[in-house]
Amino acid sequence: MSAGETDVRPEEIQAAAIAGLLEGARHVAVGMVSPIPGTGALLANERSGGGTRVSILGSKKTTFWTNGGSELFDLAGRGRLDAFFLSGGQIDGGANVNLVGVGDYPEAKVRWSGSFGSAYLYFVVPRVILFRWEHTRRTLVEKVDFVSAPGTSEPGVHRPGGPIALITNLCLFDFQREAGRFRLKSLHPGVTLEEVRDNTGFDFDLPEHLAETPTPDADTLSLIRGPVARRIADVYPVFARQVFGTEPAAA
Amino acid sequence: MTVQHLADAASLAALVPSGARIGVTKGEQTDVPMAMALELVRRGVTDLDLVTIPTCAFPASGMMLDILVGAGCVRSVETSGVSMSELGAAPRFSAAVKAGTLKVVDATCPAVYAALQAGAKGQPFTALRGLIGSDLMAHRDDWAVVANPFEADDPVALLKAINPDVTLFHAPMADRHGNVWIGRNRDLLTLAHASDMTLVTVERLVDGDLMEDETLAPAVIPNFYVTALAEAPGACWPQQADGTTDLDAVRAYMSAARTEEGFRDWLAAHVFARPEAAE
Repeated sequence: MSAGETDVRPEEIQAAAIAGLLEGARHVAVGMVSPIPGTGALLANERSGGGTRVSILGSKKTTFWTNGGSELFDLAGRGRLDAFFLSGGQIDGGANVNLVGVGDYPEAKVRWSGSFGSAYLYFVVPRVILFRWEHTRRTLVEKVDFVSAPGTSEPGVHRPGGPIALITNLCLFDFQREAGRFRLKSLHPGVTLEEVRDNTGFDFDLPEHLAETPTPDADTLSLIRGPVARRIADVYPVFARQVFGTEPAAA
Repeated sequence: MTVQHLADAASLAALVPSGARIGVTKGEQTDVPMAMALELVRRGVTDLDLVTIPTCAFPASGMMLDILVGAGCVRSVETSGVSMSELGAAPRFSAAVKAGTLKVVDATCPAVYAALQAGAKGQPFTALRGLIGSDLMAHRDDWAVVANPFEADDPVALLKAINPDVTLFHAPMADRHGNVWIGRNRDLLTLAHASDMTLVTVERLVDGDLMEDETLAPAVIPNFYVTALAEAPGACWPQQADGTTDLDAVRAYMSAARTEEGFRDWLAAHVFARPEAAE
């Protein structure tokens, strides 16, 4: 397969950007139904020669717990999880995440699955990367209808962790913890600032120099399309087939 | 305490009264007690308070919860997540929330685990980081924020312990003494410790004593904690003994359960039409 820049898929650009946020992490966990974060995390693992350990939740093959499902949260509480990913039905300009539903709680107009581990991991994991592949005013809102997990906390609340970035199908934002606001970092190739503004429901800051999200170089692409694609196919076979044309390794 | 060996899932489910607080695990492994759940539906049990440890968000576990809710067996669900994973939302659960007929007690996974562990130890509550400032906290009268008595200026959340009346699950095997092997699925062990009654279907009964094998014993729930069990191969359907899930069966259910009428038809065909325990 050629690795020319013209045929690079958006998922590859997004995964490479995610891997860039994971440099130096010792342990990264990937939640359920998160194929692009999983791809980014496995890329970080390959690049680090295995130094960045990756746990993908949902299967005993891709996690090492021997003390039940609480082990993830126990090790995170002990500082043994450096990075995690969260999405949300709604995410607002203060990085508050809503995984519960739309409307006046509890009688939701739309009910989502629930908050999972967000209300804890958001506080104790140093690098939480938010992701949402539908960048619209419906998903990126001024204020969430329900706070599953708050983006920032009052002074005095134990909070070694929190959001560092938000990646979407259009762009990458940094989160400024002191200000409690997002700052645009880069636009994905072909995306304009106008487009981001039109589709974002919250106000955000601009950097001094607005960059383009890098297109992965040939070495990175060959890692993504080689070992990473084979490994992600074991966890997310439908995604791997669509994006990489990869089949899971024979059992 | 002697483990009752019962004939089937129906005999186990007969021990569960209406109004019971029921603990179920998340269904990552072959632990979904579907056969017992369908027997509860058949019996017309009502007012159950379900506690999911900590979610029912795998296809089979989400489906089981959805059936219990749709059939009117459930008064409340305490959970950190309900869905059919990548297959989509749980249809009857979503409809019941929208209609206001189901009380959802929204939680977060580590809070469920911590409160269950406190329950397993017989303690009244436990402390947990995080939570403060979330709307979860705002809607829970069994969570509170207190000042850490050992550090200055350190607010911390306390969670009331969870002690289910009954735990239901499926497990790979048990011996004839009632010891149940659970592999590395240790959530089941904590749940059995915390619950007043533990009812188990197993894929197979084996000869000998699992507690006498040092390589197996660390993954065993000793019979002391097991109220009753039955050998019921396939009782975790649509999960299968090899750890896979019959996703076509889940999709067929989801398609039917999009409407109340379709759901009733599904129940008629899969629950009420069969004289014996579901396979």
